[in-house]
Amino acid sequence: MAQNVPTDRRNIISGIIIVVFVAIIVRLFYIQVIDSRYKLSASNNVLRYITQYPARGLVYDRNGELLVSNKAAYDLMIIPRQVSPFDTTELCNVLSISKETLIASIREARIYSTFKPSILVKQLSSETYAVLQEKLYKYTGLYVQPRTLRSYPRKIAGHILGYVGEVDERTIKKHPYYQLGDYIGTSGLERSYEDELKGKKGVNVYLVDVHNRIKGNYSNGNFDTLATLGNDLTCTIDAKLQEYGEKLMVNKIGGIVAIEPKTGEVLAVISSPSYDPDLLVGRVRSANFRLLDSDTLKPLFNRAIMALYPPGSTFKIVNALIGLHEGVVRPETRYSCDGGYRVGRGVGCHHHPSPLNLIGSVQASCNTYYCNVFRNIIDNKKHGGVEGGFSNWKSHVESFGFGHRLNIDQPNELSGTVPSISFYDRYFRKGGWSSLTIISLSIGQGELGTTPLQMANLTASIANKGHYFTPHLVREVIGTDKNASRFKEPIYTTIDSTWFKYIADGMDLAVNGLPGSGSTARIAAIPGITVCGKTGTAQNPHGNDHSVFIAYAPKENPKIAIAVYVENAGFGATWAAPIASLMIEKYLTDSIARPWMEQRLLDANLLNRRAKKN
Amino acid sequence: MQRRINILRNLDWTTIFLYLALVFMGWLNIYAAVYSEEHNSIFDVSQRYGSQLIWILAALVIASVILLVDSRFYFVFANYIYVALLLLLVSVLIFGVEVNASKSWFHIGSIRIQPAEFAKFATALALAKYMSSYGFKLFRFSSLSTIAFITLLPAGLILLQNDTGSALVYTSFIFILYREGLPHWVMLFLAFFIVLFIFVLVFNKFVLLVILFGITMLLFALLSQKYRDSIRFSLGVLGLGAILYGASEFFNLNISLYYLLLIPLVIAIPIALIYAYLNKIRLVLFLLFFLLSTLTFSFSVDYIFHNVLERHHRERIMDLLGIESDPLGYGYNVNQSKIAIGSGGLMGKGYLQGTQTKYNFVPEQSTDFIFCTVGEEWGFLGSSVVIIVFVVFLLRLIRIAERQKEAFARIYGYGVVSVFTFHTMVNIGMTIGVFPVIGIPLPFFSYGGSSLWAFTILLFIFLKFDSSRRD
Repeated sequence: MAQNVPTDRRNIISGIIIVVFVAIIVRLFYIQVIDSRYKLSASNNVLRYITQYPARGLVYDRNGELLVSNKAAYDLMIIPRQVSPFDTTELCNVLSISKETLIASIREARIYSTFKPSILVKQLSSETYAVLQEKLYKYTGLYVQPRTLRSYPRKIAGHILGYVGEVDERTIKKHPYYQLGDYIGTSGLERSYEDELKGKKGVNVYLVDVHNRIKGNYSNGNFDTLATLGNDLTCTIDAKLQEYGEKLMVNKIGGIVAIEPKTGEVLAVISSPSYDPDLLVGRVRSANFRLLDSDTLKPLFNRAIMALYPPGSTFKIVNALIGLHEGVVRPETRYSCDGGYRVGRGVGCHHHPSPLNLIGSVQASCNTYYCNVFRNIIDNKKHGGVEGGFSNWKSHVESFGFGHRLNIDQPNELSGTVPSISFYDRYFRKGGWSSLTIISLSIGQGELGTTPLQMANLTASIANKGHYFTPHLVREVIGTDKNASRFKEPIYTTIDSTWFKYIADGMDLAVNGLPGSGSTARIAAIPGITVCGKTGTAQNPHGNDHSVFIAYAPKENPKIAIAVYVENAGFGATWAAPIASLMIEKYLTDSIARPWMEQRLLDANLLNRRAKKN
Repeated sequence: MQRRINILRNLDWTTIFLYLALVFMGWLNIYAAVYSEEHNSIFDVSQRYGSQLIWILAALVIASVILLVDSRFYFVFANYIYVALLLLLVSVLIFGVEVNASKSWFHIGSIRIQPAEFAKFATALALAKYMSSYGFKLFRFSSLSTIAFITLLPAGLILLQNDTGSALVYTSFIFILYREGLPHWVMLFLAFFIVLFIFVLVFNKFVLLVILFGITMLLFALLSQKYRDSIRFSLGVLGLGAILYGASEFFNLNISLYYLLLIPLVIAIPIALIYAYLNKIRLVLFLLFFLLSTLTFSFSVDYIFHNVLERHHRERIMDLLGIESDPLGYGYNVNQSKIAIGSGGLMGKGYLQGTQTKYNFVPEQSTDFIFCTVGEEWGFLGSSVVIIVFVVFLLRLIRIAERQKEAFARIYGYGVVSVFTFHTMVNIGMTIGVFPVIGIPLPFFSYGGSSLWAFTILLFIFLKFDSSRRD
């Protein structure tokens, strides 16, 4: 058959090939000879691509106060191939750098590429730029590239706002949008909302003649693109509360998170020691970063979402709720306490009235009561043995947001730890542990690790009587209809909502109980506002106990839920509770009626309490 | 000794000369594209032109080895070679390295091998073997489906590697089928659907419907010679549309133009069928089938385009058709490439004098966009010479294919022609903005060992067949 195929097939195929390539040649003729758009007027002329860097989006607080803004800066760029010899001394004087530095940077640029622009001197101020601009014609191959830098009008919330840094090689490879020398959000909101904040780069193509003069737009700007500004953010932070919290935490180590329970909006995130975010901007950035990074108190570390602490006695309310829900304890159940739980290794308790019912046990924070409750939960016959009881307990605990990330819109959130059955099987041996061996969990000690954020979220869940909203820091990306629906969906705990009122009453009494009734946190009471709170004193392997306090207020219509950790500061009631109390007062009344308490906190220096005294 | 002399005498030296010319020009252009003053020796192996020289030398060794092997070997082992390449394509999916978002490379030490390049000659061999087998008839369902299977299997695996460009190369094998007897109308139909595809994307639904309706009525008028009936029918449909429009305006129904035409058309279909039955005109049925199938096609194109294609493909096609433009985004490569080529002018800027390719404004300038360097430095004249050399090369291959006595060699030869034509056409086409950027190399020009070796193997197996045809 093959031989019979007429030769026209061959001719048609040849014809198609010829037609296609003639068409391509015609098109080439059009582009190269006829269309003048692509011509460069003289062979010495080159195109210069000046990137238009968009200003990053601004960040406002919940009341519209500016938290992050931009200021202008100028990069001096070099294209080594185009450089002709010039007076280095004069340039050095203008830039106030040494000749050696200049020569070294030129060499570095040459090594990178002789054709591509590199940055010769970073981030010149407007003043330097004004002087330099006059003389720029003397330096062929050098030009100035406008940039913007971050600036922080209120100098607060450095940890959560984050900072921008130069993009690294790996990111460039992955996301070709970025080029060497571009900035990218490397931590905090700058990183989580990089896509929204960054905007879109544009480019202007200019014709430049041999005298380094811009002759005008290339091809009437046909190849130019406009830069698009980044989107602004409204975050959920209350700047006043944030600032006040940072002030109270000066000379203390720890973290505070405050949440609006109804929405999951985070009102304040304080990690102490903190730093002035302006330190990490511009030419001073790398020096300051090194300084902050080597500080033994780790100011760059965001304790509020990245530090694991034992929850301490605040965790008793979780056990109380699980006990109530499982029916192993009733609100009227009483256990007597003679200063400790005497089974096994035993757990000590402090002095308080006895016996107590459930509300009283929250009010007075009785250890013995919770040893009993916890053992009832774990040894509950319904679940057939320790392992069943324990995994039931664990799933309840996790429903409060413990043991996993809450997925706040911040990078590097820690997931926290809730121990697992296999952990205990490894630690002891299979079948070698019981409710008694893990009794420390009853009072929030042992193998539990929680972040201040998770504790604040627990408080919000209690304020909401059984559900929470994913805590988040951004309410709105301005100019887009993008609002993350995941922040709007309530997440329910596994505890029936009817049980929460007993906890609320207990936390109310802990703050507002009569003197001598065993209330642990009377210092946190605010006249005119019903604060519900729970103290904690978290034993930890790093030294003195951490002072912990969680609270929400007002009781009937909660507007703020807060968790305070002060590292190695001792009793929850001594330091954490007054701090929480002042912050609640500040947020709800915008004033402070207890200056003596405020003064005591401002004066306190708790930095050197790490070593255990006894 | 006798045999070797035979090989040398029977070799088609014209093709080999063209091959060497293309490879040499390619090397010069890679040097120009990567050229910098620090590394100005063309033999510097730390630079791309240096390593390309090594690839070229290795390619010549490979070519010699291919010529020394008995030509029956390729016939006998065609299927094994094919299966072996398929296995490589599968394993690269598992063990491969991701480069530019496509997982199609093996890393062996410092060398990177791309199996997709080599799969082309293997597929051509397997196709040739199957189609030249005893008693093969093209027009059988089993034959066509086997051909589709042989071609689409490697293409599918390459698609999985996210290397759409290399997968599309396999569509070029349609030329083999055409040469072996696929009817003309199939080719015309394909061409028509490609045009329709572009129409769907360029025009909105309403205009497309008008065009299709117009073509149908025109065909009817021309083919049946019933001008009066066709005018009546068109006026009827348009009149119904006008009445609907009036009703829609009067009752404020806001029916879109598209439906104002579609509804009368749907109503007209049974009338057309009755008309066809009464007058015994089968042409009407054919035209109805044409109208419905093109409409269905346009819907599915629309659907595939917006729901199946990935965003960057969509954007490249949109950019090419001039529907959207974003010179710094997806259109960046093409724009830079056009500036570079356009700035070359008639005579070019002279060898190593290009500014656009030098300043790295053109991405991938030594691989997929190597033709920019040609265009910028050698101008229109130089580019035309390069294109003409390619065309002469392709026509020469067709001539060699036609002089084969064995169907196997001829079919393989057309496979070679198809692959080279597709690569050259699409690669040059994308640098000047007439094809979407799908990132396939220009044969013998683009930097890279894998592609050079694969093209060399593809070509020299064919030359081996040719040299032993009188054996």
